Amino acid sequence: MPTLSDILKKGRSVPHHAPWPRAVVDAAVWTAAASTLPEGRLTLLDLWGEASAVHMALLDEPAGTTAVLSLEGLAGGGYPSVAQLHPPALRLERALRDLTRLEPRDLPDRRPWLDHGRWDLRRPLGERGIALPGVGPYAFLPAEGDGLHQIPVGPVHAGIIEPGHFRFTANGETVVRLEERLGYVHKGIEALMAGADLIRGAQLAGRTSGDSTVAYAYAFSQAVEAALGLVVPIRAVWLRALMAELERLANHLGDIGAICNDAAFPLMLAHCGVLRERVLRAADAAFGHRLMRDRIVPGGVTSDLNGDGAGGLRSLLAEIRRRFPALIELYDNTASLQDRTVGTGRLGAALAREYGAGGYVGRASGRAFDVRQVLRYPPYDSLVFDVPVLNDGDVNARVWIRIREIEQSLLLIEQIIDRLPMGPIFSGIPSVGERREGMALIEGFRGDILVWLRIAPGGGIERCHLRDPSWFQWPLLEAAIEGNIVADFPLCNKSFNCSYSGHDL
Amino acid sequence: MVVISALLVQTFQMAFVVLLAPLLTGFIRVIKARLLRRRGPPMIQPYRDILRLLRKEVVLAENASWLFRGTPYLIFAVTWVAAAIIPTFATGLIFSWTADLIAIIALLASARFFLALAGMDVGTSFGGIGSSREVMIATFAEPSMLLIIFTLALIAGSTQLSSIAAFMTSPQVGLRVSLAIALIALVIVAIAENARIPVDNPATHLELTMVHEAMVLEYSGRYLAMIELAASLKLLLYISLIACMFVPWKLAVQGEGLTAYLVGLLAYLIKLAVAGALLALFETATAKMRVFRVPEFLGAALMLGLLATLLRFVSRSL
Repeated sequence: MPTLSDILKKGRSVPHHAPWPRAVVDAAVWTAAASTLPEGRLTLLDLWGEASAVHMALLDEPAGTTAVLSLEGLAGGGYPSVAQLHPPALRLERALRDLTRLEPRDLPDRRPWLDHGRWDLRRPLGERGIALPGVGPYAFLPAEGDGLHQIPVGPVHAGIIEPGHFRFTANGETVVRLEERLGYVHKGIEALMAGADLIRGAQLAGRTSGDSTVAYAYAFSQAVEAALGLVVPIRAVWLRALMAELERLANHLGDIGAICNDAAFPLMLAHCGVLRERVLRAADAAFGHRLMRDRIVPGGVTSDLNGDGAGGLRSLLAEIRRRFPALIELYDNTASLQDRTVGTGRLGAALAREYGAGGYVGRASGRAFDVRQVLRYPPYDSLVFDVPVLNDGDVNARVWIRIREIEQSLLLIEQIIDRLPMGPIFSGIPSVGERREGMALIEGFRGDILVWLRIAPGGGIERCHLRDPSWFQWPLLEAAIEGNIVADFPLCNKSFNCSYSGHDL
Repeated sequence: MVVISALLVQTFQMAFVVLLAPLLTGFIRVIKARLLRRRGPPMIQPYRDILRLLRKEVVLAENASWLFRGTPYLIFAVTWVAAAIIPTFATGLIFSWTADLIAIIALLASARFFLALAGMDVGTSFGGIGSSREVMIATFAEPSMLLIIFTLALIAGSTQLSSIAAFMTSPQVGLRVSLAIALIALVIVAIAENARIPVDNPATHLELTMVHEAMVLEYSGRYLAMIELAASLKLLLYISLIACMFVPWKLAVQGEGLTAYLVGLLAYLIKLAVAGALLALFETATAKMRVFRVPEFLGAALMLGLLATLLRFVSRSL
């Protein structure tokens, strides 16, 4: 089984790609790398394209490193499909074709993914063309048999959630197949990124998925700094982690309540909602924005802990520690609620590993992967924390991972406040008169967010690609719901809580 | 003179139940909101909702048939008739002799039958899901209800609600196991029939989990107002039913003076408030069950009903 460095040696290394290497390879090496993916040593992190190049980010988990393989100089001929060897790449390849026209060769699924035929133009990242008038209906995968019926749900839902279409094929109440149709909130973030300056880029990144605005800005900034070789003031590094943990805390609290609410147990939602609100208010008091949007920028952070921000955070920790255990007990001791969550929406460990599922989805199904621990980016390299892992893979396990992560985040926040170094929080961005490439992997609350970018000699962004953890979690939801009943879908869906906006870009 | 006063009482009851029903719904919502540390909407919100819906334009599916348009009125009328003849604050209502307990159940069952048909009429998948779940629930709830009625009828010697209430207030009722069992079964059936947690969630927005709400998803405007009002009435009806059979205290008897009626009215309001508060408390403390657990839940009601009936045959005093 080849390691990542073995594969890299077969290609031509690209200069100015940091912090991990990027190698331009030929089609044979590309296919060989793709065909080792099912073996499980290497994990597919991402697959994205440009007008005439495709890139594939791979993770070598045992070695604790990542790298990018590229095929360049592609014209009309397309590139060898990864998805036909390794299914997790399927939606990435379909999106890549919609955005750049690069054709994955031998890919049986020729349906578009993000492009529903309603954009003003086609192939926004490649050779742009005018939108084709009139689009046929989307061909959902067939499921045939006696007594099967289809239930279309969405894209507009009854609750205040994002749009996405779910096509169920059910036999009575039992789900036989679920097929997702996403792309309704495509905002053209990557096209907007091209040509933008770094400040605008950070803003765009922070608006990719609103609930992960800190994590996205964090990843974007870290990629820029890697590309430019910029050293961030130490206090800013720690403040970034503080914001990231506050974001995780708020989202996990909200999720736990929302999952219970989908089992018609609003008591948990009410109490978790109060705690989440406390976190947001503390964040507002400390950093001047409830969701801490636009607080992380390339070069550092824009706001230091305000006034008695640290004191406010300390009292927040005390309050959560006082009130959260009672909520865990309520969750664990309500038999009617446990009856709904235990054993529902089971996701097998093999699938979670194959798809490289990040966050609570992977960790509830035995995949012990957390970027904070595997790649140990600062300041997490000097902080003490555990990564909880469970093997049940059901809704209950995903709730418990969140509960444990809240406890870990409380510990982390405490350590950060205690050891927060003094000093400046921002350093200017130097102008580098050459083309630079950078990449970052950051653990958001959903999982690993990947940002890859290339900065033009003038300092503007030439190409920036953002990959939400949901790309690998959405397909797993389709697998987890199989054999469950239709009425349990909202519960499974909420326990995955994938991002529509982050996925649709 | 007697006829006139009886007619007056009956008219008052008819107006009273339909006017009070939304308040009961609003009251339960407020209690639930308070239990969740929310302020909640004002208690009169259901009235505002119904008025708003009555003013609104109706959006109708193109393929909706006469059945779809007629069902809301039918459901409302049937539920109203059923609610009008249950002794709420006074027994011996003049119309109540036209229908006994079995007829009341039959009225409600026909309302359900038409609602299930209407759910399937437009042909949307949610309506179909709702109707199929509703019918599944009904196949367990209706036999349970009949067994409960048999028990009560065997004990009281009548299926007439006024007679049952009169018997229950008399000293000869004693302490009976079968009555206690029937009460538990009746509460379970009432929860299922009114689409409350843990069988259904009246407050959910999740289309895939709905039962009653899924059937009425396609309704709007005045049709929806009729259905909402009928749903409130049905809840009031079931609470009244339980109250008049199991706690018939202070029910005014026909021919008594005005004071007796006022006392009966006050007692009725207190009973409603207590039942509403208990329902809100129960709903807050439990999650909704899986769809396929509902038959087990209602199966318990069916078995309890059967047990209560059998006990009557085994022993006269149980």
